[in-house]
Amino acid sequence: MRTLRVGDDALLVEVSSGEQAQALHAELLRRRAEGSLSAREIVPAARTVLLDGIPDPARLASELTACEVPAAPPRAREVVELAVRYDGPDLADVAAHWGVRPEEVARIHADTEFTVAFCGFAPGFGYLTGLPARYHVPRRDTPRTAVPAGSVALAGPYTGVYPRSSPGGWQLIGTTDAVLWDHTRVPAALLAPGTRVRFVPAAARRRS
Amino acid sequence: MTDRALAVVRAGALTTVQDTGRPGHAHLGVPRSGALDGPTAALVNRLVGNPPGAAVLETTLSGVAVRPRSAVVAAVAGAPCAVTVDGRPAAWGAPVHVPAGAVLDVGPAVKGVRCYVAVSGGIAVAPVLGSRSTDLLSGLGPPPLADGMVLPLGPPTALHARVDVAPRPSPPRELVLHVTLGPRDDWFTADAVRTFTSRAYRVSPASNRIGLRTEGPALERSGPGELPSEGMVLGAVQVPPDGRPVVFLADHPTTGGYPVIAVVRAQDLPAAAQAVPGTPVRFIAVRAR
Repeated sequence: MRTLRVGDDALLVEVSSGEQAQALHAELLRRRAEGSLSAREIVPAARTVLLDGIPDPARLASELTACEVPAAPPRAREVVELAVRYDGPDLADVAAHWGVRPEEVARIHADTEFTVAFCGFAPGFGYLTGLPARYHVPRRDTPRTAVPAGSVALAGPYTGVYPRSSPGGWQLIGTTDAVLWDHTRVPAALLAPGTRVRFVPAAARRRS
Repeated sequence: MTDRALAVVRAGALTTVQDTGRPGHAHLGVPRSGALDGPTAALVNRLVGNPPGAAVLETTLSGVAVRPRSAVVAAVAGAPCAVTVDGRPAAWGAPVHVPAGAVLDVGPAVKGVRCYVAVSGGIAVAPVLGSRSTDLLSGLGPPPLADGMVLPLGPPTALHARVDVAPRPSPPRELVLHVTLGPRDDWFTADAVRTFTSRAYRVSPASNRIGLRTEGPALERSGPGELPSEGMVLGAVQVPPDGRPVVFLADHPTTGGYPVIAVVRAQDLPAAAQAVPGTPVRFIAVRAR
């Protein structure tokens, strides 16, 4: 674990894996809840957790460097299920990358349990990890100027769902009607860091 | 609609509603937003008797004109500009009485970029996640003003201030930004770090509420590779592949994948809100406190 100063009142804590970042994020949230850590923002990302709006960064840095990252993040009890139609325009390309038939992409994706590693890009956009490394795919060479809201997409180690229409370079494999972001709802974001997620093929769900 | 409202007569190039923003939701991908020149927004609020965090209008270069349905006290500060009430000259940087139905016109910025317009009672559009700010990156909050739009006002809470003129620094002729290096200065060559903290840059016309873009010498990275996305702070100086530093302002994305060479001190950022394109920029390295 390495701490980097970010301006006068923030600290970037760098760890060596996404799992460690999730574990550290959970631990920092626990400390803030019990009152032993004061921070305006705790922002997890791929290999880091940013602590912004902290009273004494130098002191916190030495405290954190001295302590161990917990082995694994505590698992959230609830799993958010997202009904999905595997009908994305890049399904065949992804199948070719994976070396499987397109219907196999749906089965493999729906059999995976995901965790929201972090959010960003847009309110309610979660970077979901869980796919084994052999299923990681590159971004598209040319980003689309408009990806429809509800698109289920892959890029690198991540799966994501576009909360609203926006430009994007991820590989689109499906569509969900789930509302990822609604600022009139509490909580506004369906997916927050640490949330467990399963994609349920829409047809399969109708049968059950 | 009640009498406590403001009709937009002339929206101007880009006028948004801003308060102190919505910090605390960065982990959900929600930018902080809020007035770019926070001290001036707080000042105009004090002038009209509002709490410092009441929502005000933030204009861009060409001003705004509004018509209150009931008598209000208003105050304009930030970029110097002509202020009129029904065509008659009125004070800039001081409380102004605007009768019901009169037009308060905030003229184009003479210097600087953004005017802040407070109205007694504050702009009372519905808050989103605790803030009325327009977020131009992610579209949260009210849309930018458009001609004919009607904005609700809150009830006045206190008497306006008794001042003739409230001092604020002039828009900068040269923008001096004190920075602490890091967290990713080691992604750049030693030459690039020297260039960044010694050579002159200029404010690019592509600047907006998301970032102050600069023109000047490109900063070279020390090696290849891609930085995994990481959390971003206000004032972060991100260097995209073209090598020109971008200073993150209020509507900045909450995570990003380009390395941050340095972070601008918070107290220097309000001046960045008033720096017109072409303004010389100097980054001066200081130690973190």
